[in-house]
Amino acid sequence: MTEKKINCKHMTALCEKLNEYESYRKFIVYKDKVLALGNDSLEKTIAIAVALCLVCAVLVSFAAVALKPLQIDNKAADMKKNILDVAGLLEEGANINTAFAQKIEAKIVDLETGAYVENINADEYDQRKAAKDPAQSIAIPKDKDIAHIRVKAKYAKVFLVKDGGKLKSIILPMHGYGLWSTLYGFLSLEADGQTVQSINFYDQQETPGLGGEVVNPNWRALWKGKKVYAESEQHSADKGSIAEASIGEPALSLIKGAVDTTRPGSQYQVDGLAGATLTSTGVTNLVRYWMGNEGFAPYLKKVRTVQGS
Amino acid sequence: MSAILNDSILNDETKKVLTAPLVNDNPITLQVLGICSALAVTSQMSTSLIMALALTLVTAFSSAAISAIRNHIPSSIRIIVQMTIIASLVIVVDQVLKAFAYDVSKQLSVFVGLIITNCIVMGRAEGYAMKNPPLESFMDGIGNGLGYSLILVIVAFFRETLGSGKLLGIEVFKLTKDGGWYDPNGLMLLPPSAFFIIGLIIWGVRQWKPAQAEKVEFKIMSISHGEGGHH
Repeated sequence: MTEKKINCKHMTALCEKLNEYESYRKFIVYKDKVLALGNDSLEKTIAIAVALCLVCAVLVSFAAVALKPLQIDNKAADMKKNILDVAGLLEEGANINTAFAQKIEAKIVDLETGAYVENINADEYDQRKAAKDPAQSIAIPKDKDIAHIRVKAKYAKVFLVKDGGKLKSIILPMHGYGLWSTLYGFLSLEADGQTVQSINFYDQQETPGLGGEVVNPNWRALWKGKKVYAESEQHSADKGSIAEASIGEPALSLIKGAVDTTRPGSQYQVDGLAGATLTSTGVTNLVRYWMGNEGFAPYLKKVRTVQGS
Repeated sequence: MSAILNDSILNDETKKVLTAPLVNDNPITLQVLGICSALAVTSQMSTSLIMALALTLVTAFSSAAISAIRNHIPSSIRIIVQMTIIASLVIVVDQVLKAFAYDVSKQLSVFVGLIITNCIVMGRAEGYAMKNPPLESFMDGIGNGLGYSLILVIVAFFRETLGSGKLLGIEVFKLTKDGGWYDPNGLMLLPPSAFFIIGLIIWGVRQWKPAQAEKVEFKIMSISHGEGGHH
């Protein structure tokens, strides 16, 4: 233990190797010394704790780093699957990547103007990441922040389903706070930008069995055919195209109990989740926020004008 | 001579630690450990099998690792050392699942992470691996993992077939909503049904092996006892 390191002046490579060997030898000597100590000595307790932490940390970080690329692929495929699902295009056994590439087109929308932004690559844009970046996001004024999300990305990523060049459905991302967690999901609208096709929450941590029922297929099926915006009377007679003037504010909401379909206004109502009032309120708020003027209302207005002309 | 004797003892011991936890010393039915995850993941056979595999691997490898360093674990940080090893292995399992079985890992969600606190893993580490050599500890981990797996598979079999008319996602009973004859039992999809099934299994096993039944701690006496009178 008293040997000193060799001062390297000549034959540096060999000399460094010798020094390296010397450190290794010292380590072995120290290891044997520690292992020979009583188990309850302070030095051994600390040494064992440090050594164990090092070994475990290397193991865990190796697994995390080595498997990361596969996990990212899985996440991307899962997102595509959710989008196909909300579009009603998910087929058992079909390849998700090819189905997605064939049927779905991603577009970037400027939330303020409602116009498409062409100079951003839609495939690479990540709206969730953008919302966290101050340069790409906007703080939401408190009185308008009904979904409790505080910031939103300037640009949103929407997905269009087209059939032979004709727009079939529009898939809009939404998120907002429920009871325990931020719920992330998609709302799929028909080409009229008014009728709901489906809803899908892909990331949420609400209470399983209560608020967690937002993922229940039976509940999700209740959304089909519901209307997002309040329509004025003269429209209901004229069913073909929607007169822009007849479109009002977002009216869709979750109500307590079951919807009475014979009542007027039931087209704007969906059954609330039993035993999950706060999650239900959260869902109403996030739908209204994202369909409102802060969200996709300007964009949907543009879509309708294009469709109508 | 003594080497042969030692060898056969080892084999007997290995066999014992491997098979005893299946029925005679089952962690769920006899020791009533690890119930929480048995309730949570058994509504489908596929999630149960993955969970069983994950728990078996974690128990086996953590027991072996703990046993390998058992003579050098300072007793004052004994439990923390065990937890660190178990937690590291569970994180590795979780990462592997996320990379190779993403859908299953989403369904299992928190329950893979909760293997860390699964009483079976800790119980075997503290109760067996701290006192026995690595190979036996490894086998003991496998054995207890299999005992847990056996119960999980039985429970999942009943819950999935009766609850959704399927097994491993393949239809076995045609459901009424698809024009068949079987009306699925919704209770089977909820966690309490696993309680009933595990209860029935414990009852069955204790009928078959009465030695497992616990002795009655006290006896409820009727009021009239000893008075000799009739009401």
